Amino acid sequence: MVMRASAPDRLDATFAALADPTRRAILARLAQGEASVIELAEPFDMSQPAISKHLKVLERAGLISQGRDAQRRPRRLEAAPLAEATAWLERYRRFWEGRFRQLDALLDVLQDKRPPRKSTKA
Amino acid sequence: MTHAGMLKVTAIGEQEIAITRDFAAPRRLVFDAYTKPELVRRWLSGLEGWSMPVCEIDLRVGGAYRYVWRHLQNGAEMGMGGVYREIAAPERLVATEKFDESWYPGEALLTLELVERAGRTFLTQTMRYESREAREAVLKSPMEEGLVGSFDRLEALLASGLGSEA
Repeated sequence: MVMRASAPDRLDATFAALADPTRRAILARLAQGEASVIELAEPFDMSQPAISKHLKVLERAGLISQGRDAQRRPRRLEAAPLAEATAWLERYRRFWEGRFRQLDALLDVLQDKRPPRKSTKA
Repeated sequence: MTHAGMLKVTAIGEQEIAITRDFAAPRRLVFDAYTKPELVRRWLSGLEGWSMPVCEIDLRVGGAYRYVWRHLQNGAEMGMGGVYREIAAPERLVATEKFDESWYPGEALLTLELVERAGRTFLTQTMRYESREAREAVLKSPMEEGLVGSFDRLEALLASGLGSEA
């Protein structure tokens, strides 16, 4: 796989960007279609400069881009990096979920006070 | 089966991955499950097609632990281990972690924190990697893909046969 030189920085920026609830809300809004800064600022009860700051973080992470309309400068969602980052976290989550289900089962057995299984030689 | 808690995974800062999950058991038991070899084997050994011939734990600060899994068919081995840095049973455990053939640079630091409320244990497990590149390598690891598949199959086995093992 060919990796762009900036990929590690971008992934890191993606996680940082996703850590903030306002930025997640902005992404959710943009998932429904592009929007200008003014439109984005409305539901958040935030000043435009404050929203612009969040947009800059999202832009740097490659999560959003600016549309062609020079007047409105609408922002739109860039789905690929977001999907990439969440897919990695999801895979990691599933890996541990598998282990922890076994731990659940073990804890159940221990609390039923059944005798511990003798470990068998492989 | 006990109601399983929700597992959450979060990337924190540049180098950490945190996992939170709750368990329907007092934390003493969860702590034991992490630190007693005979119990560790029972939830970490469970890869279909793999055995866990080595599971050694020297539970004291500066003491080492070592786990080795062996593939039953091709004999391939995967080993890992580390050293305990802090032990405060049953609430906190800090240990280093390094795989023999590591796919990420350096070693990681694992911090386990257990909080008990109304008989349930709320677990936070934080892995701190040496660099953000190391964390990325872990998150992107193709090894997990294979492991996940194995665990899924094992879950089905456990669900049908736990408690009736020979």
